[in-house]
Amino acid sequence: MLTLTVSLHHYLILAAALFGIGLFGVLTKRNAVAVLICIELMLNAININLLAFNKFMTPNDFIGQIFAIFVITVAAAEVGVGLAIIIAIYRNKLSVNLDEIDWLKW
Amino acid sequence: MMAFLNSISWVAVAFHTLAAVVCISALLVVFVRNIVHAVLWLAVCFISLAGVFMTLDAPFIAAVQLLVYAGAVCIMAVFGIMLIRRGHMGETNLFNSQVWAGGGMAVLVTVLSGVLSFRIRYVGSPPAVPENTVDNIATLLLSKYVIPFEVAALLLLVALVGAIFLAKEVKAGADSDR
Repeated sequence: MLTLTVSLHHYLILAAALFGIGLFGVLTKRNAVAVLICIELMLNAININLLAFNKFMTPNDFIGQIFAIFVITVAAAEVGVGLAIIIAIYRNKLSVNLDEIDWLKW
Repeated sequence: MMAFLNSISWVAVAFHTLAAVVCISALLVVFVRNIVHAVLWLAVCFISLAGVFMTLDAPFIAAVQLLVYAGAVCIMAVFGIMLIRRGHMGETNLFNSQVWAGGGMAVLVTVLSGVLSFRIRYVGSPPAVPENTVDNIATLLLSKYVIPFEVAALLLLVALVGAIFLAKEVKAGADSDR
């Protein structure tokens, strides 16, 4: 007999792993679009946490699900503005390599 | 055979399968060297995350995840990549010079949050999430959380206008006309 069960901790471990992968990408990627994508992975890890706490802690309040909706909204807005900024930078610099974007250094 | 099949918790099987797909595709997003392939794996990751949300009794969030993330965000990322012209797409998703520092940091955060998550105590078998989630979410969004809801609408409008303004084509000599 298989004794597979799913508890809150399973979801938290999955979210921690996904957050770590996203953080690794954000810190080490050279392409600005790749960094944006990895930020999306981190936000999704947070959504797993919110929904897991919603299910296992406060199933009747729906706080976690409503928070997840707001996180998704903000993430969509962030991707739109982020890509617009990257395109504007590309137009000026002809590169999206983050190591070369150093206008704020003096 | 039937007894064996009935003894399996299918939610657990689904969760473990989906979790494996999520982790592998997220790793591929980071490690694949071609950014277009990375976005493809990102779509796989988002779709399997929608499955994870289904196992968490959140079908509405799963649908939103499919529409917004797998639909809109991935397509927008592809558009962004295509607007940034490049002769060939190979070698477009490389690492910078701080791989070891970044990797150490990521491992540290993952291990720390994983260990800390085991300190959480909760009721062993919580009450089930109500079947009809959409009704409850809609009622709460338009009553108790109506102000954050409206602020989110305003945020989307500002982001829309800001994105159009930032990405607008800059004409040569436009400054001198002002």
